[in-house]
Amino acid sequence: MYDVNYHRAGSINEALSLLETAEDGKFLAGGQTLIPAMKTRLAAPSDLVDLRHVAELKSISITDREITIGAGVTHAEVAASSEIRSTCPALSYLASFIGDPQVRHMGTIGGSLANNDPAADYPAAMLALAATIITSQREIAAEDFFTGLFETALDDNELITAIRFEAPEKAGYGKFPNPASRYAMTGVFIARKRETVRAAVTGAGDDGVFRCSELEDALSTDFSASALDSLTVPAENLMTDIHASADYRASLIVAMAKRAVTMANG
Amino acid sequence: MTDVTMTVNGKTVSGTVEGRTLLVQFLRDNLGLTGTHVGCETSQCGACTVHMDGQSVKSCSMLAVQAEGASITTIEGLAKGEDLHPVQAAFKEHHGLQCGFCTPGMIMAATDMIRRHPEGLDEKTVREELEGNICRCTGYHNIVKAIMAASEAMCSTANKAA
Repeated sequence: MYDVNYHRAGSINEALSLLETAEDGKFLAGGQTLIPAMKTRLAAPSDLVDLRHVAELKSISITDREITIGAGVTHAEVAASSEIRSTCPALSYLASFIGDPQVRHMGTIGGSLANNDPAADYPAAMLALAATIITSQREIAAEDFFTGLFETALDDNELITAIRFEAPEKAGYGKFPNPASRYAMTGVFIARKRETVRAAVTGAGDDGVFRCSELEDALSTDFSASALDSLTVPAENLMTDIHASADYRASLIVAMAKRAVTMANG
Repeated sequence: MTDVTMTVNGKTVSGTVEGRTLLVQFLRDNLGLTGTHVGCETSQCGACTVHMDGQSVKSCSMLAVQAEGASITTIEGLAKGEDLHPVQAAFKEHHGLQCGFCTPGMIMAATDMIRRHPEGLDEKTVREELEGNICRCTGYHNIVKAIMAASEAMCSTANKAA
C-alpha cells in the first residue's frame, strides 16, 4: 500500500470539508473493499476520511412502514435489527449473508452502495425496493443511482448519508454465492408493494445490477414460484467469466428468483 | 507519521505509525504480539482475526489509526494466567488444529461467535459463521466440534452463574 494521510471525521460537515481540502481523497466507511484495494494498489488515494465515528450516519429509524437506515450502519447491525426484521425480513436475511462475520462487523450499507460492486448484494435490494439514496446534496432514486460497474450517480465530494424505502408487503432474496468469495454469482431480490412486483438481479449483468422484466411480468400475474417453472430469461447482456457462463447465469436468475418468491410467500 | 493509542489486552499502548500501517503490523511489529497471524493478506483467510471493542474483525483489513482509542483483544489476551480460555481448552481437547497457523484466528472468531449466540450453537451455524476463516489442514471437522463443545461449556457456566 502507498502511504496515505488519515483523517477522522466527527460529523458529516467535517467529513465533507476534510475531503474537499484533500488532494485526491476518499471516504473510508468500513474499508472492507477499499483497504484491500489499496493493499493491491488498485486504489491509491492521497487521503482517507474515516466515517466510522460519525454518529449522524448510524441510526435506523422506522416510522409506520418507512424504513431509514443511516449510511454508516454495518451489515451486522442491519442483520441484528429487530425493527428491520419485523418490517422487512428479506433485508435482514440479505445482510446476514454478506461476506463473513468479520466483514459484516465493519462493512456498511453506504460503503457498499457507493462502491456498487456488480456482485454486491445491497444494490439488488435497493433497486427492487425502489429505495431512495439520500446524500449530502440531494435524494437519488435507486433507479438512477447505479450507473454501471463500480459506477454511481454520486459526484465527487458527495456523501451518502442514508437510504430510505417503504417496507414491501412481501419480499425475498435468493443468492447463489461464489464458493470462494461469497459474492453473489447471481442474486435476485423480489419485492411486492401494492400489486406491483419489482425484481432486481445482481452478480449476473455485465453492466451491474438490473431489473428483470421477464420475472416482473410473470410474477405480476401469479406471485408464486411455480409461475416461473417454464420461464427463461435471455443470456444477452449477462456476464461470462471463469465462474459461470452467461447461459448458466440466465438459468441461475430463474432458480434464485424461485427461492426469493418462496421466501417472500413464506 | 501519526501517534496512536489504544488498549490492547487490557493495557494502554501507544506507538508511532504511518497512515498505511495495518493494525496487524502494529500488533506484531510494534507490540511484538505475534500470535495474530498474517495468512493470505487478501482479507479472506481470517488468520489475523482480533476483537475490536468486542467484535471480531480482520486486522489485516484495517489501519492501525482506525483503531485509535479502541479496545483490542488478541489471542494473547484470552487466557487468564495459566488457565486457558474455554475455547482454547476445547481446541486442545478436541484436537481442533494440525499445523496451528489458522488457530489464533479460529479461536478469536469462535469466541465472538459464542458471545453472539448465547442460546447455543448447532453445527450448521458454526460452519456458516466460520466462513471468514480458512484452515488448510483439518477439514474443519474438529474445529467445529471444539467450538460446539466450548459453546456448551460456556453457556452452561453462564446459566449456573445466573
